[in-house]
Amino acid sequence: MTFALLLIGLMMLGSAAWAMLGRNLIHSALLLIASWAGVAGFYLWAGAEFVAFAQVLVYVGAVSMVVLFAVLLTRQNQISATLIEPASRARAATGILTAACVGAIFGAAILSTGFHGAASAGPVSSVKRIGLELMHRNGAALLIVGVILTVALLGATVLAASDSKNSPEDLP
Amino acid sequence: MSPLHLCLLISTGLFCIGLAGALARTNTILVLLGIELMLNAANLNFIAFWRFGPSPASANGMIFVVFSIAVAAAEAAVGLALIIAVYRHQKNIRLQDANQLKG
Repeated sequence: MTFALLLIGLMMLGSAAWAMLGRNLIHSALLLIASWAGVAGFYLWAGAEFVAFAQVLVYVGAVSMVVLFAVLLTRQNQISATLIEPASRARAATGILTAACVGAIFGAAILSTGFHGAASAGPVSSVKRIGLELMHRNGAALLIVGVILTVALLGATVLAASDSKNSPEDLP
Repeated sequence: MSPLHLCLLISTGLFCIGLAGALARTNTILVLLGIELMLNAANLNFIAFWRFGPSPASANGMIFVVFSIAVAAAEAAVGLALIIAVYRHQKNIRLQDANQLKG
């Protein structure tokens, strides 16, 4: 069981690190899809099947397509993408150093904490129970999330829409 | 080391990779994807504490993650629309070049 967790974590972290270090943007997007699939595998491992399939639908299915469309719509010539100036290099080194410090602090805090009360069998979850919880106790939150999604997607459409005056398809 | 420690360490690693990507990369799309990775690390923590927590009867962790995934999807859509709008103005998605409000 721990071995499966290690395998899932290795896949998740390895593909995420490779994606963040890589130079090719398409490869990075595809590797991040693998990382999100690893997160879904972790949810399956932990017994949260509903969340795992929601992760597959939303991230592996939808967000990855949006990311790939954005990559393809904003393509630029390869020369400017591979040029690295010294200021950018210093910024990258500072960013990685900051992340390493944050990781060291979090790791030390986790390893020095003793968690107790851990259930060995694990909780039992059913889709019916999640549906009842969502519609009964968290009904207002569900409605608010729906409104947020609608407003955000309308705003995204307005932001990304091109000027219709200059579009040749709209000319009479 | 208990499995809970291992889960938390894995999610710490994912968070740090996302933080390094968001701070170090110059491409705006990769910065946004780093933020998405950090959100995913937070979701891993929710599920880990739900799985190994003291009250296994409740489904609170899963409810949290469902809402978090919905908000993250909205954030990704708006972020990528902003990237496309910036690209239309300056034919470039380098983060350092996007330093004007009216281009």
